[in-house]
Amino acid sequence: MSVSGPILPRPGDGCPPGCSGAPEPHTGAEAALGLTPRALARLMPMYLWLGTDGTIRAAGPTLAKILAVPDLPGRDFFATFLVKRPRGIAAIGALGRHAGARLHLQLRDGARTPFRGLAVPLACGKGMVVNLSFGLEVEKGVRDHALTDADFAPTDLAVELLYLTEAKALVMEELTDLTRRLEARRRHAEAEAQTDTLTGLANRRRFDRALGALIRRGTPFGLMHLDLDFFKQVNDTLGHAAGDHVLRAAAQRLRAETRSADLLARIGGDEFVLLLPGIDQPARLSAIAGRIVERIGQPIEYQGRDCRVSASLGVVRSSDYPRPEAARLLADADAALYASKHAGRGRWTFHEGASGAAALLTEPEGKAGDAADHRKRPTAGEADR
Amino acid sequence: MHGLINRSIQSFLRDTYGAALWLRVARGAGLDFDSFEPMLRYDDALTGAVLASATRILNRPLEGVLEDLGTYLVSHPNLEPLRRLLRFGGVTYLDFLQSLDDLPGRSRLAVPDLDLPQLELIEEGGDQFTLVCRGGPRGFGLVMLGVLRAMADDYGALVLLDDSGVATTPAKMATDPPDRPATGEEERIAINLLDPAHALGRRFELAASGGEA
Repeated sequence: MSVSGPILPRPGDGCPPGCSGAPEPHTGAEAALGLTPRALARLMPMYLWLGTDGTIRAAGPTLAKILAVPDLPGRDFFATFLVKRPRGIAAIGALGRHAGARLHLQLRDGARTPFRGLAVPLACGKGMVVNLSFGLEVEKGVRDHALTDADFAPTDLAVELLYLTEAKALVMEELTDLTRRLEARRRHAEAEAQTDTLTGLANRRRFDRALGALIRRGTPFGLMHLDLDFFKQVNDTLGHAAGDHVLRAAAQRLRAETRSADLLARIGGDEFVLLLPGIDQPARLSAIAGRIVERIGQPIEYQGRDCRVSASLGVVRSSDYPRPEAARLLADADAALYASKHAGRGRWTFHEGASGAAALLTEPEGKAGDAADHRKRPTAGEADR
Repeated sequence: MHGLINRSIQSFLRDTYGAALWLRVARGAGLDFDSFEPMLRYDDALTGAVLASATRILNRPLEGVLEDLGTYLVSHPNLEPLRRLLRFGGVTYLDFLQSLDDLPGRSRLAVPDLDLPQLELIEEGGDQFTLVCRGGPRGFGLVMLGVLRAMADDYGALVLLDDSGVATTPAKMATDPPDRPATGEEERIAINLLDPAHALGRRFELAASGGEA
């Protein structure tokens, strides 16, 4: 681990045993270089001068501030600092052998501030100089010891590192905020793209996705295709605003009769589909369909007038199909819906799925009207086969 | 223009005159959004449109608005982090002045695509200095004027600032809004540092307190 080279003479090169220092320089250039303690303190405010016995003889002003003890000169360096790396440095001789190497140190007491360090030998018999810095822990060191920028040499980039840490934290915060805002907008846009804006129910796109997902997962489910009866009359006699009101009210009633786990979608003018995961028993589906027919059949008030519509439903069960396919399920539900219309509206019809048996008509629940069906659709029989 | 600059103008107007006024300014400037994103870039013309809209609605000359913007950047509590970054310039107001040459470089360390105008401090001798701003959008010197004034308060220094080398005439600014860089033009602020320690400045702890460790 030790670094040796021409400027870092190894201890022992001409020194008496136990001396950690380098031989007394003889060449002119080296001999001329001398520093007063004040100059050294300016250059390296975190320096330590260690005697040959490992005691601290002097310390730079910043280090003195950090250690904050009255008896600093005379203290044992190794009792004050723990040299963590390289391992095994617990005396001045070992430190001398690692002259020039990067040292990892730590205060033994108090804040246990970590330091980076570098030790170089002085002239023979004069001990060593250790210079310290905070390294990456500069922020903690500055906070723990209440340092100011006057405590650092102007050549030290510690303050710049603090500046950069703070500036980057601010920028990161802004970027995080930006990401959060963009994510919120993305979710909003996505929700909008999957929502029917009039009723707040899902739209066709979201319904198709949900249906596909249920089929892939193999969860049994019931599917209802619902059409409002007499909706065109409301539109024609009371206007589109009344029609919109009826659609919103119908959506609200559908929501009230279903679970939050069910997916309700408006897929056409007055057409709705209901996806009921986990519900495929005919009795339960009948109960739900019956409640829906009953609720939708109740008058909807609009500007003091009652709008009367009813609901016709076609119901399919995924478990009726060995291999359910979205298009087939929808077509069968549609056929069953049409059978309801054909049978007098205000009722629901099961389609028997892959068996291909005739659609099963249940008892009508609401007050089915007898006005002519305004919709041009094939009869149940035609659609079914 | 960088979103940070546009966002600063927006924050200044909102924090000083209220959210409703900012929305009026944004509408008057023809923005199709309510808020600038500080980390995105915008067409330079938008900055000019916002400033023009603000002077119109506030019925104040642009010079005053820009100088107040500079003061706001340093002194408003919402922008304490920015004041801190400026205080990294040094222990005294003189240190701060001498660090201004580095300001664009420091900004780029944090936000690489933020191009601030070039700043140069000329020591005229004694307590006289001149700050030269080059290549910035027209009126940037006025913002710096506000920054210098507020930072003097922050350090507790007593300074006399002469803006005769900065203020473009209101008529000229009206026809030549500050959305285009004043290429080749210089804006000069004369600084007379009367007393570097005139009053007790605000505290500055090198390591940010609280919050993050």
